[in-house]
Amino acid sequence: MLPYFISLLVLGIPLCWAEWTMGRYGGTRGFNSAPGIFQLLWRNPIAKYFGSIALLIPLVIYMYYVVIEAWCLGYALNYLTGDLMLGEDASKYEGFFAQFVGKGKDGALFESGNLQLLGLLLVTFVLNFVLIYRGVNKGIESFCKIAMPIMVLCALCVLVRVLTLGTDKVIAGLGAMWNPDPEFLWKPKTWLAASGQIFFSLSVGFGIVINYASYLRRTDDVALSGLTACSLNEFFEVCLGGLITLPAAFIFLGAMATTHGTFGLGFTALPNVFAVMPGGQFFGFLWFFMLFIAAITSSLSMLQPVIAFFEEGLGLKRHASATLLGLVSAMGCGFVVYFSRDSLALDTFDFWVGTMLIFILAMIQAVIYGWVFGIKRGHEELHLGAHIRVPWFVQLMLKYITPTYLLAIFIGICVTQGENYAKTLSEGGVPLFSVLFIGTILLFLILLIRIAGKRWEAEGRFKNLDD
Amino acid sequence: MTTPGWTIMLISVGSVLTLVSYCLYRVLSLPPVDMEDIKGPLEIDTRDTSDAD
Repeated sequence: MLPYFISLLVLGIPLCWAEWTMGRYGGTRGFNSAPGIFQLLWRNPIAKYFGSIALLIPLVIYMYYVVIEAWCLGYALNYLTGDLMLGEDASKYEGFFAQFVGKGKDGALFESGNLQLLGLLLVTFVLNFVLIYRGVNKGIESFCKIAMPIMVLCALCVLVRVLTLGTDKVIAGLGAMWNPDPEFLWKPKTWLAASGQIFFSLSVGFGIVINYASYLRRTDDVALSGLTACSLNEFFEVCLGGLITLPAAFIFLGAMATTHGTFGLGFTALPNVFAVMPGGQFFGFLWFFMLFIAAITSSLSMLQPVIAFFEEGLGLKRHASATLLGLVSAMGCGFVVYFSRDSLALDTFDFWVGTMLIFILAMIQAVIYGWVFGIKRGHEELHLGAHIRVPWFVQLMLKYITPTYLLAIFIGICVTQGENYAKTLSEGGVPLFSVLFIGTILLFLILLIRIAGKRWEAEGRFKNLDD
Repeated sequence: MTTPGWTIMLISVGSVLTLVSYCLYRVLSLPPVDMEDIKGPLEIDTRDTSDAD
């Protein structure tokens, strides 16, 4: 947890403020997409191409995020029908999960008799695109106003259940989560994972905040809003998630808990909790249904940055943008769902895009904010309409410490893990296919950005702007 | 659970709860605004829905 909190204070919160500031700055000058905003901030022809990463990240993450969303829906339905009340044998839940997500072999989810997840994915995907096609839906907002507090209550119930499973087991579970292990502090992989988790969780370096902040007005607060968003996220992640999922996993799965993939843990550990809980079937349904709803609001936010780019870069209207995006993301979802053996495609996408590229984009944004846009201008811009004062040392941190910290981790990773990553890719198979797929999407976006850049120049979009 | 583990857990959870409480206090003590000015994240006007085709 030490790397996690250091990453939160040095990277997460400062970069969150920086990204909100840059986004709002770009939006008030007519740009809502990252390529456009980067070009505005840094008047260099190459600047807009760095924005391709800010489009690639939410797009590729959406491709597997929507699959996990379908897992949540599937689990909710299976709790409703009672099919997930499998008793107290932990291995049964692991077996159910493995079969449900097609871990046994590639193409497993396309075999007759095992089409449930595919059907749920279709429903989830269509639901996402109906909502994004039509634009903002007030129904979702109203629903979330009720659903999110219910989710907090649900999480509190689960937390109480986990913490009352038996003192020795609970304390051992908490120890697995919170006891410091100095040996891991020397591994760059630990710091990369911690910073990756912070970025993913706060949606910083994701390409999302810079897009959403661009819709704010010039005097809308970003300081208190950004800090509140971060703190509420940490409440859910640390105070609820950190005290529920991993301890529960350790209690029921033992040391095996640490060998589970990132996303599988919640689907294998928590059902054990619901199995020993009064009203477990109801709470299990409620929990996973709430997760599904929360996931929908996240996945919708991942679609908007690319739609904004298609609109302002290529001149497409919303429906055409959503349609084109639907086609591209459907191909990616199909890729993830087909190559389901050991969730290899999903994990590869998650590592290279959901960890490494987010890290790289965060570095790019830190440098653009700190060294190109400038911290003096950034400090002034941040405080327009602000409801709190952000200390000046945060700006100094953004300029000097944040990029250095990120660079140190990046170099450490390249030195210690570079050879392993190269070896994995050189062996071919799904990891290599996945990286090539990502590379193809990136090339597609770069070509579109080139077209967009020419359009912006022709329209004189960067002339006579108040800097 | 070791002593450092307890320390880290209590400081971490305590810090987060303090920060959340501070932020919610500041947000809830802001002066009232016109409801038309309130925009939830999913009600953000992307200015592209009226002429979508």
